[in-house]
Amino acid sequence: MTPSTAGIQWIGGPVLHARTRDPFRIGEAIEVGPRRLPGEVIRLDGDLFIAQVYEDTTGLRPGDTVTGTGRPMSVALGPGLLGHIFDGLLRPLDASTVEQDFGFVPTVGTGQHLTAGAAFGHLPGIGIRQDCLVPPGASGLVEFVAKEGRYGRDAVLCRLVDEMGRTHDLGFFQHWPVRKPRPVAERLPADEPMITGQRILDVLFPVARGGRAALPGGFGTGKTVLQETLAKWCDADIIIYVGCGERGNEMAEVLHEFPDLTDPRTGRRLMERTVIIANTSNMPVAAREASIYTAVTVGEYFRDQGLHVALMADSTSRWAEALREVSGRLGELPGEAGYPAYLSSRLAEFYERAARVRTLAGKTGSLTIIGAVSPPAGDFSEPVTSHTKRYVRCFWGLDRERAQARFYPAIHPLHSYSDGAVRFADWWTRRGNPRWVAQRERLLTLLEAQADLERMARIVGKDALPPAQQLTLVCAELVNEGFLRQSAYSAQDRYCSPERQTSILQLILRFIELSEGALERGVAPQAIAELPVLRRLQRMGEEIGQSDLTAFDGLRASLESAMAGLTKEETHAA
Amino acid sequence: MRPELSVRGTATAIEGPLLFLKRNIEVGLGEAVEIWQEGEAPRLGRIAALDDDSMVVEVLESTVGLGLADVKVRFFGEPIHLAVGPGLLGRIFDGVGRPVDGGPPVAASLRQRIDGRNLNPAERELPRDFIETGVTAIDLMNSLVRGQKLPIFSAGGLPHDRIAAEIAVNARLRREGSGEFAIVFVGIGISHDAAENFRRAMQDSGALAHTVMFLNLASEPSTQRLLTPRFALTAAEYLAFEEGRHVLVIMTDLTNYCEALREVSSSHGEIPSRKGYPGYMYSDLATIYERAGCMRGYGGTVTQLPILTMPAEDISHPIPDLTGYITEGQVVLDKGLDHKGVYPPINVLPSLSRLMDKGIGKGWTDPDHPALANQLFASYAKSIRVRVLASVVGSEGLTAIDRDYLAFADRFEGELIAQPAERTLEESMAVGWRLLRLLTIAELSRLNDAQIDRHMERDHA
Repeated sequence: MTPSTAGIQWIGGPVLHARTRDPFRIGEAIEVGPRRLPGEVIRLDGDLFIAQVYEDTTGLRPGDTVTGTGRPMSVALGPGLLGHIFDGLLRPLDASTVEQDFGFVPTVGTGQHLTAGAAFGHLPGIGIRQDCLVPPGASGLVEFVAKEGRYGRDAVLCRLVDEMGRTHDLGFFQHWPVRKPRPVAERLPADEPMITGQRILDVLFPVARGGRAALPGGFGTGKTVLQETLAKWCDADIIIYVGCGERGNEMAEVLHEFPDLTDPRTGRRLMERTVIIANTSNMPVAAREASIYTAVTVGEYFRDQGLHVALMADSTSRWAEALREVSGRLGELPGEAGYPAYLSSRLAEFYERAARVRTLAGKTGSLTIIGAVSPPAGDFSEPVTSHTKRYVRCFWGLDRERAQARFYPAIHPLHSYSDGAVRFADWWTRRGNPRWVAQRERLLTLLEAQADLERMARIVGKDALPPAQQLTLVCAELVNEGFLRQSAYSAQDRYCSPERQTSILQLILRFIELSEGALERGVAPQAIAELPVLRRLQRMGEEIGQSDLTAFDGLRASLESAMAGLTKEETHAA
Repeated sequence: MRPELSVRGTATAIEGPLLFLKRNIEVGLGEAVEIWQEGEAPRLGRIAALDDDSMVVEVLESTVGLGLADVKVRFFGEPIHLAVGPGLLGRIFDGVGRPVDGGPPVAASLRQRIDGRNLNPAERELPRDFIETGVTAIDLMNSLVRGQKLPIFSAGGLPHDRIAAEIAVNARLRREGSGEFAIVFVGIGISHDAAENFRRAMQDSGALAHTVMFLNLASEPSTQRLLTPRFALTAAEYLAFEEGRHVLVIMTDLTNYCEALREVSSSHGEIPSRKGYPGYMYSDLATIYERAGCMRGYGGTVTQLPILTMPAEDISHPIPDLTGYITEGQVVLDKGLDHKGVYPPINVLPSLSRLMDKGIGKGWTDPDHPALANQLFASYAKSIRVRVLASVVGSEGLTAIDRDYLAFADRFEGELIAQPAERTLEESMAVGWRLLRLLTIAELSRLNDAQIDRHMERDHA
C-alpha cells in the first residue's frame, strides 16, 4: 500500500496546512518535508488538513511533501528505557549509549496459551526485573519462542496463533499510541501511601500509590528541587521524570547526580530505575505537548509489569502553555487567560491515567502522578492551578515567604491538603505507629494556632500574650524547625525513613506534652525556650541518622531530665 | 548555499514593519532577505510567514521611505547568519552585527546561524565553578556559577548599570588555570549614554580589550531588538566553544526586548496573552536564556547576567515572572535599600541562585559557606518579620531576643549588603560571622556545634 501524501500549503511556527487527495486521519503521525520531521494531524477539512510539527520548521516551504504513516503517534515500549534520556517523542538524546541488542530469557514453552498482558520472557542482567509482555489485543497458543540469548532490537522472540488462526509476532518492543490509556483488568482503591522520605509529606500530606498530587509554586519556591528529591527518594520501583519546558541545566543535573546516588532501599544506583524525558524550554513547543503523554504511556508500560511507578512532571503549566500556543496558531476561540476551552478536560485525561491497578496478567501495579504547576505571579487562582485542583487529591502549596527564609521544603502546611489521609492509618499502625492520625491532627491544629497567635501578636505585642499562648509559639517553632524543615542537600536528612519520622515526631510531641506540664507547674515559657536541649531537638533530623536510631532514646532521656529540672523558681533566673 | 535571487515589483502592501509580497520563487520560512530601494541603504529582513502565493517579510529596520512599485528584495536562501572569527574582542557592533567602531569587518573563520542550535540536554555539562564578583550579596548569599543565567531584576532609577559594570570589571574565577575571561556586552534599546558609560568603565579598568559590544540604541528600530541578543550570543558561543573562553554576557535591558516582541506580535495580528504580550513569550525568552551553559568536551562556558527593569516595580509582571521561571535564580534590587543609601541595594530575600549549591562549599569555596549563607537567610528573614512587628507595636512590646533581631537587621543591611569597595569571599564571610554573633546560640539552628565553636567566640561581638 502506498502511503498517503500531501503538499504543504501554508506554514507558520509549528503549524502547517496541507492539501491532499489521500485519506488522512485525525491523530495520524506524519513525516514532513525533506528532513522527514515528525508531526501529527489535528484537524481535517475537505481536502485540507492542519497538522502540528514536533521540530523546528525553519526552512520548510509550501509545496514540500507530507507523508502519512497510517497510524496514530506511537512510541516503542521495551528494554533500553531505564537509565536513559529521551525527547518528547521518546527518541534517545544520548543515542550513542543506547544498547542495540538485549538478552532474553523465555518463560513459556510452545503450546502454552497466553493472553494479553502475560509475560513470555524476561530481560536478564538488569537491576529491576523487566518482563516481555504480550501486547494488549494479542493472545493465542505459543507456536514459537526464542531460546535464551542476545537478540537485536527487531528480532521476533515469540509467535502466537489465536483462535481465528491469525499469527502475532512478538518482540522486545510494542508500539502504543501515546494518547490512549493502556488497558487494565481492574482499577484498585488507592489505599496505601507512597513513602517519599519527606516528613512534611509522609506525616501531614501523604500521597497514595496510584494517587495524584499537585505541587504549585511561584518561581524560586523550590518546585524543581522538591520534584528531584521525590524522584530520588520515594519508594517507587520506577521513576519517570519529565522535564517539560524547563531548564536544560536541570536535566544535566539529573543526569549528573542520579548515577552517583544509591537507592536507600535496594542499594542500587538511582539511575537504573529512572527514565528521563526532556523537552527543555528551548526545544520545539509542539513536542512539549506530546512529552506528557509519552511519559505517562511509558509509566503505564512499567505499571503493566506489576511495578510501582512514580511520574514527576515539571511543569504541567508549560505543557498547558504549549497547548495554548498551538491553539492560538489554529485560531481557536480562547477561553480563560487565553487557554483553550478544552484545557480542563485535557488535564483530567492526564491525571486520570494515575491509578493502582490489577494488570491484565493479574499483578498489582501502580502509577502515581506528581505534577508541578508554575502559576504566573504565584497566583493559585489562575486556570491551570484551579483546574488541576479539581483532579488531584493532594495539594502541596509552596510558599514564597518560607522559600525566602530558605526554609525547605517550602510547603505551607495551612495551604496544603491530602484528601482522605486517614485511610493510611492502618499502614502506619503496621509500621509501629498506631497513633498517627491523632498526632497528625495535633500538629495541624498547633500550626493553625500559631498562625492565629502571630496575627494577634502583631496587634498586642508578643510580651502581652498569656504564657500558654507564648508556649504554643515555642512549640510551633519547634515543629517547623525540627520536623517540617528537611534539607535536600544533607546526606543524613535528605531521606527520612518512616521509623525515623515516627521517632522525631514522637520526641517533638513529648516535648509539647512535657512543656505543657511544666507550664502548669508555673514555669515561664521563656525558661522552656532557653533549654539547651531545644537546640538538640531542632537539629535532630540533621544530627541523628538512620544508622543510630537508638540515639533518639538518649535524646528523650535528656529531654525528660531537663524538663523535670525546671521549677517555678528558675523562671526568675532567666 | 544557493545563488542569491532578487525580485522586483512583487510587493503588495506594507503595514508597520511587515512587507507583503507575491510569492513567485522558492523560499523557506525564517530565511534572510535584503530590501533595496533606490537612494536608500539596504534593509535587513526575514521571512515571517508563507503560503502558496504570498509571503510576509518582517523588515528589521524602519519601513519609512519604502514604496511598493520599485522595491527590490534579495533572497539569501538561508536563515540569518553572523560571521565570526578571531579579532572579535575589543570590537563594537550595532544590533545586527555590523561594526560601528570605524574598524574593518571581522575576518570570518565561521558563519553561524544566529538562532544557535538546540542544545541537547544530554550534552550539557553541569555548571559547577564559582565566579567571584566582589559583591557580598551575590558571592556569599546568591553565588554565581559558571554557565549560569542569573538576571538582575531592577527598576527605574536604580544603579543596575553600575553594578553590572563593576561585576564585569571584577569578576574572576578563583581556581588556578581556569582559563581566560571574556565579556560580551549587549545593549538592547538602551540610551547612548548608558552604552558610553559602560564602554568607559571597561576602558578605564583596561578590560575593553577582552570585551565585545553589541549595541541596539533606543533610537534604532524595535524589530532589530529581537535580533540583537541573538547576534551577541552567537558571538559569545564562538568565543566560548571555539576559542575556549569563559564568557560573561551582560544584557541590558530585556524589558525593551519584550516590549519589541509585543509590538511585533501585535503587528502580525496575533492573539495576545497576559498584558498584551504574545503567548509564546516564555518560549521566545527561553531561546535566549537557554543559550547559557557548559558543554561536554568544550573548555569554554557562557554565563549570562541579563538585566531587566520591572515595570512599576512589580515582580509578578509577565516579564520578570516568565524570566524567573527560565533563569536559574534572580538578583533583586530594592528601592527602599537604595533610599537608605545602601549600595549595592540588593534585597537578598527575594533573590536566589539555584545553582549556588553546585559551586560552593567543600572543594569549591569554604566548607562552612553553605551553612553560613543559610543561617544568614533564616536570621535576616526573621529579623524582617520582627521589624514589621516592631513597626506596629513598637520595640517596647518586643522580647529581648526580638530586640537582638532588630539590631541584626540594621547591621546586616548597613555592614553586609552595603560595601564601600569590592570584597573577596573571605572578607564577605568574615562580616557574616561577625553579624551572627549579635544573636544567641539558641537562635542559630542552621549551624552545627563545630561551626559555632569555630566562629562564634563571643568576645568579638
